[in-house]
Amino acid sequence: MASLLSRFCRKLALPGSAHGSRMTSSTACGSETVKSLNLYSAINQALHIALETDPRSYVFGEDVGFGGVFRCTTGLAERFGKNRVFNTPLCEQGIVGFGIGLAAMGNRAVVEIQFADYIYPAFDQIVNEAAKFRYRSGNQFNCGGLTIRAPYGAVGHGGHYHSQSPEAFFCHVPGIKVVIPRSPREAKGLLLSSIRDPNPVVFFEPKWLYRQAVEEVPEHDYMIPLSQAEIIREGSDITLVGWGAQLTVMEQACLDAEKEGISCELIDLKTLLPWDKETVEASVKKTGRLLISHEAPITGGFGAEISATILERCFLKLEAPVSRVCGLDTPFPLVFEPFYMPTKNKILDAIKSTVNY
Amino acid sequence: MAMWFARSRNLVSSLRQNLGLSAILIKRNHSSPRPVFTNYQLSSKVFLDPSTSFRHESTAVESQPDLVQQSDHEDDAQELDFPGGKVGYTSEIKFIPESSSRRIPCYRVLNEHGKIISDSDFIPVSEKLAVRMYEQMATLQVMDHIFYEAQRQGRISFYLTSVGEEAINIASAAALSPEDVVLPQYREPGVLLWRGFTLEEFANQCFGNKADYGKGRQMPIHYGSNQHNYFTVSSPIATQLPQAAGVGYALKMEKKNACAVTFIGDGGTSEGDFHAGLNFAAVMEAPVVFICRNNGWAISTHISEQFRSDGIVVKGQAYGIRSIRVDGNDALAVYSAVRSAREMAVTEQRPVLIEAMTYRVGHHSTSDDSTKYREADEIQYWKMSRNPVNRFKKWVEDNGWWSEEDESKLRSITRKQLLQAIQAAEKWEKQPLTELFNDVYDVKTKNLEEQEVGLKALVEKQPQDYPTGFHI
Repeated sequence: MASLLSRFCRKLALPGSAHGSRMTSSTACGSETVKSLNLYSAINQALHIALETDPRSYVFGEDVGFGGVFRCTTGLAERFGKNRVFNTPLCEQGIVGFGIGLAAMGNRAVVEIQFADYIYPAFDQIVNEAAKFRYRSGNQFNCGGLTIRAPYGAVGHGGHYHSQSPEAFFCHVPGIKVVIPRSPREAKGLLLSSIRDPNPVVFFEPKWLYRQAVEEVPEHDYMIPLSQAEIIREGSDITLVGWGAQLTVMEQACLDAEKEGISCELIDLKTLLPWDKETVEASVKKTGRLLISHEAPITGGFGAEISATILERCFLKLEAPVSRVCGLDTPFPLVFEPFYMPTKNKILDAIKSTVNY
Repeated sequence: MAMWFARSRNLVSSLRQNLGLSAILIKRNHSSPRPVFTNYQLSSKVFLDPSTSFRHESTAVESQPDLVQQSDHEDDAQELDFPGGKVGYTSEIKFIPESSSRRIPCYRVLNEHGKIISDSDFIPVSEKLAVRMYEQMATLQVMDHIFYEAQRQGRISFYLTSVGEEAINIASAAALSPEDVVLPQYREPGVLLWRGFTLEEFANQCFGNKADYGKGRQMPIHYGSNQHNYFTVSSPIATQLPQAAGVGYALKMEKKNACAVTFIGDGGTSEGDFHAGLNFAAVMEAPVVFICRNNGWAISTHISEQFRSDGIVVKGQAYGIRSIRVDGNDALAVYSAVRSAREMAVTEQRPVLIEAMTYRVGHHSTSDDSTKYREADEIQYWKMSRNPVNRFKKWVEDNGWWSEEDESKLRSITRKQLLQAIQAAEKWEKQPLTELFNDVYDVKTKNLEEQEVGLKALVEKQPQDYPTGFHI
């Protein structure tokens, strides 16, 4: 328990924010003001900007009116009115279905699913309706204005139903996009891109970072492009690929590995569907080794897709099998969380065995 | 007597009077007398299918005429405060019975012989409108017949008919404005036909040819037309209902003089999306007209296996939604009901539920043979004696607006047009192969571009593996 607490009681140094050479992919204004914000505040800012810049945009979901259970929607209802920011009945299939209807009429519907663990009742609406809305109609209709936000991932005490990482289910659905930010600054830019992207987007927010992660976030309206991975730490011996909160853990492993003389290149995928194969491919062709890490269970996880693709593209350049350091194939356990999780040392061990293969 | 259409509220209250409808339609009036129902009445099997379960005597719980219980005790005057408002209380333990002693009656205007029932309320229909409605109902019949046969001949892969439901299809469409946004299930092509979709356009979708607006991606009958405000049909059942709530809300926010209109079958009301759709529309106060075609069958599942309520109309009040049951085979009644509901939805910014009672005369689809699960006699009965097209035809004829000559002319011309439409659709080019990859996203993604290049190379290399005519 103590180790769990120590993990979550300190503010995190975010990946890419202080170490190595970070290649920024956002436009930097000369006179931009920044503010130290946590993740939920950054998301809140993005939502304020989204509603401000498009009068035909709406934010709704369970408990969104008073600010939301994670405070992501604070101040929106007061500022933009209850016609545009409102609570819905407790019904995920209704939330997403209603959002599809709004979006199909040319509006932007930014809907919130309270926990990614509860997204499944809306799975039919997302997969059978939203994802196929444009295609099946011959582009006569579309619901591109739909963005579905949901907190995902381990939080230290969430157990089965407050910790899930369901991204893999959605990465298998042509017609939607899946986006996962790693930090407050990234989240604001990626969320604005997702909201404005003319395709339905599922946006998973790492709940662990809502308060824990603090970063300088530009106050202006900026977007970070989708489907562009970012090399947040350059290296030459092994490529690591991850997304969301897991990158923090991976970066710690990279630091430790460096002490042992292993140079790690760390990539934030950001968009899982459609994903940036070219950046990962170029990196692995350089390093010859790949390690993927995610909280979701290893079997059928998105790491398998990355592994298979890189194998196809980089087979002759690989010095070792692709390594995956992921959650175990169990429901997300409560007391066993520290054993279930892909920890820094599990990653470090895998880095070393891959390099020493 | 015909009643001129005044304000919607007047029509509804006169409906209530004339047809003796209980206060279930509108908020109840506490001053109206409370009839007492006997145990016998409560336990009668009047509306149960003889082949299903027996209702026990224990349901004879006391006189409970309606969903809302009343007590004669003094306590009644006192009220309790709970979240959700004040509620009276009673010290008698009384359960609301699982069903009312009397089924919600069905609103109808024309009798089976096509004569207007005396003293009915209905919105008058001009000769021009009536003739157009009849022509379209007959056209729908001919279209269904010819496309069904085309599938049997192997010319199209699939079809499903709306036989028996022509009045619902056409009369509802006639009662709407062109700006009302329609979200169909799949047995409402008549609505699209009414709005001007041509026989050629129907045929093109069924053949999935180059002229199909859907670009050949879906099975036949999955029509859609943004020009006609008719959302593309999708096979999953009831998914359109919460979407309709969103569409209605969008129209409300845009302050449009329009509502969302969405259709569902009896089977579809068992889906979770039915609950979601109605509840959201009610809470969001969205202008949506929900039209349930209760045709007795969901493929082979009879309604007695679908729900235990008195059909669908009684579910409206559970969501706080005004509802009506209408004879779906009576074109005039359907027209009045939908027109009234539409006006209410738009002017009062609220959802309305219509249960249109009918019968699915045809098989579920060309993949179904309904004689396997229902009596041929039953089908015949509805086809011949309860035919909505014939019934409306009689009324139109009685008015001197239609003759046998008109009839045979219409049928033969329409038949010819359909055969020509099919022939033309068959001759159209196929969709170019690139349409397989377009519209997955607004812009083709990199992996799709790669897959398209790969597939084209494959098709060129091994053309014998692939159907011909799809230009690269």
